[in-house]
Amino acid sequence: MDFTFTDDQLTFREAISRFLMTEAAPEMLREIWETDAGRSPDLRNKIAAQGLTALSVPEAEGGLGMDDVAWALMTQELGYYAIPDSMADTAYVATGLLAGLTPEHPARARLLPRIADGTLRLAIGHPVNPLVSDAQLAEVLILLEGDDIHAVPRAEVDVEANPSIDASRRLGRVTWNPSPATLIASVAQGRALQAQLLDRGALSVAGQLLGLAQRMLDLSVDYVAQRKQFGKPIGSFQAVKHHLADVARQIEQAKPVLYRAAHGLARGERNASLWVSQARLACCEASWLAARKGIQVHGAMGYTWEVDLQMFMKRAWSLDASWGDRAFHKSRVSDYLFADGARLGPGHTFEE
Amino acid sequence: MELTYTPKQKAFRAEVRAWLADNLPREPLASYDTREGFEQHRAWEAKLFESRWSMVMWPADLGGRGCDLIEWLIFEEEYYGAGAPMRVNQNGQLLLGPTLMEFGTAEQKQRFLPRMAASADMWAQGWSEPNAGSDMAAITSKAVLEGEHYVINGQKTWSTRAIFADWLFGLFRSEPGSARHHGLSFLMVPLNAPGVSIRPIKALNGKDAFAEVFFDDVRVPVANRIGAEGQGWHVAMATAGFERGLLLRSPARFQHTARKLVELYKANRESADRDPGLRDAVLETWMGAEAYALSAYHTVGRLSRGEAIGAESSINKIIWSELDLKMHETAMRILGARAELLGTAPVAGDAAGWLEGFLFAQSGPIYAGTNEIQRNIIAERMLGLPK
Repeated sequence: MDFTFTDDQLTFREAISRFLMTEAAPEMLREIWETDAGRSPDLRNKIAAQGLTALSVPEAEGGLGMDDVAWALMTQELGYYAIPDSMADTAYVATGLLAGLTPEHPARARLLPRIADGTLRLAIGHPVNPLVSDAQLAEVLILLEGDDIHAVPRAEVDVEANPSIDASRRLGRVTWNPSPATLIASVAQGRALQAQLLDRGALSVAGQLLGLAQRMLDLSVDYVAQRKQFGKPIGSFQAVKHHLADVARQIEQAKPVLYRAAHGLARGERNASLWVSQARLACCEASWLAARKGIQVHGAMGYTWEVDLQMFMKRAWSLDASWGDRAFHKSRVSDYLFADGARLGPGHTFEE
Repeated sequence: MELTYTPKQKAFRAEVRAWLADNLPREPLASYDTREGFEQHRAWEAKLFESRWSMVMWPADLGGRGCDLIEWLIFEEEYYGAGAPMRVNQNGQLLLGPTLMEFGTAEQKQRFLPRMAASADMWAQGWSEPNAGSDMAAITSKAVLEGEHYVINGQKTWSTRAIFADWLFGLFRSEPGSARHHGLSFLMVPLNAPGVSIRPIKALNGKDAFAEVFFDDVRVPVANRIGAEGQGWHVAMATAGFERGLLLRSPARFQHTARKLVELYKANRESADRDPGLRDAVLETWMGAEAYALSAYHTVGRLSRGEAIGAESSINKIIWSELDLKMHETAMRILGARAELLGTAPVAGDAAGWLEGFLFAQSGPIYAGTNEIQRNIIAERMLGLPK
């Protein structure tokens, strides 16, 4: 029993964080998001150069071979710096899917090394998401049809843009026709990979929501320490302190829930889906509370376009229902909890 | 990260489980807020101690097993999972015990710790005073040094089960004219000493759950002081955080309640489902108990990496106290018209146990530092907000 991260994992997180702090500052993100594409190839190349896109590509295919546990830290950084969807979807969620194909599968050699070197942008369609993030820009789309999984070139799909309140999001309704040429997995293997894909997508969002919550908390702490009323910083007033203490509590409470889910997913534990949904609910709770309390302690400034808080709030609100809304995740927990013979209580936290 | 138990940890779990199965009291003990129940619980503690289960983390020469924190968590899971009795001497064992280990002299450790582990000595706390509650540094009870003795005068209050206890530990103002957290000393006082009088305070449950303790020229030898003269605040604070957060309220207890709440809901599903909020409350609190358990394991992991746990223990205190309250509120709502019934009511059934827990849960956000104080600590020490 060892509920800690390795030094490698922590060091890598630290490096990515320091890098994104300068390269993905809010004023730069605002500029990028105002463009039609909403993406900066330059920023993406720089992130790839840091090794992030290679993180969980298997070593045989040119990557670092790290698993969901490392991503539980990295998705928090992506959330904290509001890095748009396609980075996590490509480097973590889609990579996890492709790495689950049989070793000799041709799609691996075609796609994984290019993910590792940062030149390939993927988008993923899944029935829980009515729209596909970054479909317009992707070179290849992972799309599902029944038990089948397809990898479809962008040229073979139609994308209708559906703007979101989150300026970083580029959502598209995708129409396409399955063909044998694009099929990469089917039947039992397809089903198993789809289930993992959903869990990984949901966990990716959980980590990002937690990172967003931390960012909103940090912005709020900075603001209330500077803003003065009645002759002193408003952060010295208990009513304000207690708002932010509650946010800190929700964030801290959600972290180990996220980490257990990541570990369970990496190990293929039987309860992994249950744990992922618990993590999602905990992280959703934390991020919406951070937004709610964040805007409150910012006062009227929190309701403006000018203050950066809005960028992170909107992303938190938008990601909340991505890869399964709360009802979806709650129903998965509920199905377990209220079933006959559920193993509950002390001693069942980690394994059956 | 490796979230599975080692074979040694599994064997330890099996050993705890087997011992509890053989030794648990067949009938539930009376409330430890009564003399009869207090003595029943003391006898149970003695039985735990005989088999070295009372303080598993303490070293063998003090009656423990030298367990690490993971084994302690496992012990707690088995203990509360089996529905074993509440731990009546926790204030001594979990609050004073670690303080003695860190600051006590060799003589003090030998004199007090084994008897504490065996519950031969039962301990009460002496922190709060009528005018020093959340503001503990406002303590005025005096301990004046006269030769080899302190002479204590003053009053402590909210001292849990003090009318049944043998000893009291707490802070006293030993430097005349000192203010706030300066000039306090940490003393251990035998409650049978001349000049000590104890007046019970009836708690919400009608029982003498806590007491006022009056000191009238009570003489206590200097050998009963922990740490240096005037350093009492430092001694009290050094162990307060970690204990308050983790040891005092281990997650297993709340996981056990969460499981019972799920069972209560399932047994009363038809009536409970008339209120759609109840099912959700059961689910949310179950997830809350799981999250608290995970946070305990995570904290243990971080401690093992050499990280310090500071203000985060205040987060834990808020989590468990609010969770306990929410679980019992939900149970009361599920029980509906039966919820108010005392154990003596013929039709109460399982309701009375929930009522008792509900009443006790009201105190959670208040004792061990109110949750408002905890939120201040989080905001100031963790988030760095100005005082």
